[in-house]
Amino acid sequence: MAMATAETGVIGGVAARFRTCPASGLKIDLAAQRLIKANAVAAVVFLAIGGIFGLMVALTRWQAVHLLPADMFYLVLTAHGLDVLLLWILFFEMAVLYFASAVLLNCRLAAPRIAWLGFALMLGGGLLTNITVLQGQSSVMFTSYPPLQAHPNFYLGLILFAVGALLGCLVFLGTLVIAKEEKTYEGSVPLVTFGALTACIIAIFTIASGAIILVPTWLWSIGYISEINTVMYKLVWWAMGHSSQQVNVAAHVSIWYAIIAILLGAKPLSEKVSRTAFFLYILFLQLASAHHLLVEPGVSAEWRVFNTSYFMYMAVLGSMIHGMTVPGAIEAAQRRNGYTRGAFEWLRKAPWGNPAFSGMFLSLVMFGFLGGISGVVLGTEQINIMLHNTLYVPGHFHATVVAGTTLAFMAVTYLLLPLIFQRQVIWPRLAKWQPYLFGIGVAGISLFMMGAGTLGVARRHWDVAFSDAALSFAYPAAAFLMLALNGLSAILAATGGALFVVLVVASVLWGKPVDETNIIESLGPMPQRQVGDAVASYGNAGTWKLPGTYILVSVFFTAFVLYYFVNWKYLSQLWPMG
Amino acid sequence: MAIHPPERRVWWNEPIEKDEIIWIVIAFLWGLVMFGAMVYWHIEGRQNLSTQAYRIDPALFEKRTAEFTKQFKVREEGTTGIPVARPMAGGDVYMLARLWEWWPVLELEKGRSYRLHLSSLDWQHGFSLQPVNINIQVHPGIEHVITMTPTETGTFSVVCNEFCGIGHHTMVGRIHVVEPGSTAGSKPQ
Ligand code: HEM
Ligand SMILES: [Cu+2]
Repeated sequence: MAMATAETGVIGGVAARFRTCPASGLKIDLAAQRLIKANAVAAVVFLAIGGIFGLMVALTRWQAVHLLPADMFYLVLTAHGLDVLLLWILFFEMAVLYFASAVLLNCRLAAPRIAWLGFALMLGGGLLTNITVLQGQSSVMFTSYPPLQAHPNFYLGLILFAVGALLGCLVFLGTLVIAKEEKTYEGSVPLVTFGALTACIIAIFTIASGAIILVPTWLWSIGYISEINTVMYKLVWWAMGHSSQQVNVAAHVSIWYAIIAILLGAKPLSEKVSRTAFFLYILFLQLASAHHLLVEPGVSAEWRVFNTSYFMYMAVLGSMIHGMTVPGAIEAAQRRNGYTRGAFEWLRKAPWGNPAFSGMFLSLVMFGFLGGISGVVLGTEQINIMLHNTLYVPGHFHATVVAGTTLAFMAVTYLLLPLIFQRQVIWPRLAKWQPYLFGIGVAGISLFMMGAGTLGVARRHWDVAFSDAALSFAYPAAAFLMLALNGLSAILAATGGALFVVLVVASVLWGKPVDETNIIESLGPMPQRQVGDAVASYGNAGTWKLPGTYILVSVFFTAFVLYYFVNWKYLSQLWPMG
Repeated sequence: MAIHPPERRVWWNEPIEKDEIIWIVIAFLWGLVMFGAMVYWHIEGRQNLSTQAYRIDPALFEKRTAEFTKQFKVREEGTTGIPVARPMAGGDVYMLARLWEWWPVLELEKGRSYRLHLSSLDWQHGFSLQPVNINIQVHPGIEHVITMTPTETGTFSVVCNEFCGIGHHTMVGRIHVVEPGSTAGSKPQ
């Protein structure tokens, strides 16, 4: 059947496999819909498990609580990293890829069977690694730096998982090809699909790097290879580990664009600029692993400077562009919708009660202000000497991958529930608060971990009081305070996360079915559209000035510059070394 | 809209609004400034990571550190039995990392430069000097030579900040910094 379609190029021939979306009129391939559901559900399950682990870790680092014994702490920390960073994020990204291809392009999904095989491999691999970690003997952290060695099944599970994700990427690309051949859309692919395409391309690079490093490491763990070069391992491992963060950024930026398009009718200010910004991610991220090697022995200074600046700053440029064009697109759309007073009426009157919007906007702000700025500072070659492997590092990436990516994924889920699961969000009042609860909690864990890191506190460390050490030492009292505040924030974040999981599960099981009569209200509150979509053909900054956006980016830029130079000042006070 | 194909098929000819261009230029220039800052610091700054590193057999590094310690031992650290080495100012200093200790304890003079040799005998460790907050990754099989100049007197701790197994959080070393010429309770043997 599927083959026949490919040959004839007629969608109508397989009409039974589609339903029509009552909101957009798009045809939705039921096979794609099932896959989106399965991947999203798996993602949420692993978020729930990983989130509980995260809370346990944070409560252990809160010295007055010190929840877990040392061995359990390291085990749970390993599991936390794996379950949230790999499983939650990648399962969800598979759902995003299928959505951005089959659904947005009005097309059937290429090879659903392969997509299911990919899903099965990801699930099997993920479970295998999880079980191996939980059995003990593999508490090596998700980075598993040699010569520290895990059980072979730890690596095997990761390899299977990566192969599964690769299949998902190929199905996405195949769907783009089919959509083009069958002419299911006109002109170029939508911006959101373009963003997903960049994510997919980087993901393939990422997975290839993963294979290059994990396969030999697995062979080493079963004794076929005698030694793994420890510096080379890091270089290649982070070609996977860091580039995959760029996958996350491309995915969540695409989601920002998608959410504001659906809720506000926002258009990109300029297709050219936004697409170029995505393209920068592909061009300049290949050696991002460099900034994980800033204090390793035997790496030349030129190599470090070149790769952290030339490459990284061009990718940073991409994010800074989105950081203006996304709020700019919101402002332009809101002004079109009639909110023209002052610099900020458009923002005040935005649908803050809609969790998809509030989640998206919090994600945007926190990703930029907390994650982006701290990331650039941390990745500055010499400044890294003050921050490497301190809690500043997890502080930074909880701002990017939790406040940024995770919150964006949560936000879009509030739209996927009505659009794909065809269910209303079950308790809209609670849902309204969820992004704020989670967002504030995550802002807390990011900031307080960064604070503790600035005071020198090591990451991945069970005992800041060093009670069992032969030589006594303790971090300053302020660090203990930071860790306590981190624990409290973790409770908030975990509550927000749990609320999300409960809302999703309950809505899928018991939410009111959605059909053409209630689809629009099911998307949650949104502003009245004053001008039809057809009037302005692009974001149209020419017609609308965007004073609010300029103020926002100016504040951002000022904060960035100040914080950057403050850190150089701190650095200059360190013991001279060279 | 971003979820639909661009309405104008030839979107790449659309003009870019001036304010967007200004922001892009600012962001680009800022990237250049940040690039320049790192290069500048290599020339003028005094805190750069040494790139001097050699492959070394861990057993050999252990031997050299032991010889160094024997030569410069001035006392033991409290009741721990860990030797304290007080090398000649401006000379070579060795510290090794192993499960789960930094060895030996060092006593350095303020304002003098030392060539600190770091390596691990087993797994990766993280040299984290507190409360100064200097953090350097330590690999087995690589000897990293860092020239370092303490600028304040006192007792400093070396924490391990690369996870190295179940005893990771007990791995603490020590560096004393004393005024030049002072004997600080230490008598050479
Ligand atoms: C309830 C929410 C969460 C809390 C309370 C939390 C808390 C923490 C804490 C306290 C650490 C340990 C830092 C250390 O000792 O080194 C940590 C590590 C980490 N977290 Fe989370 N986290 C949460 C959610 C997430 C999410 C959603 C992600 C990814 C999307 C994530 C990714 C990571 C990673 C990758 C690590 C590093 C693990 C390692 O060092 O091996 N966390 N988290
Ligand atoms: Cu260690």
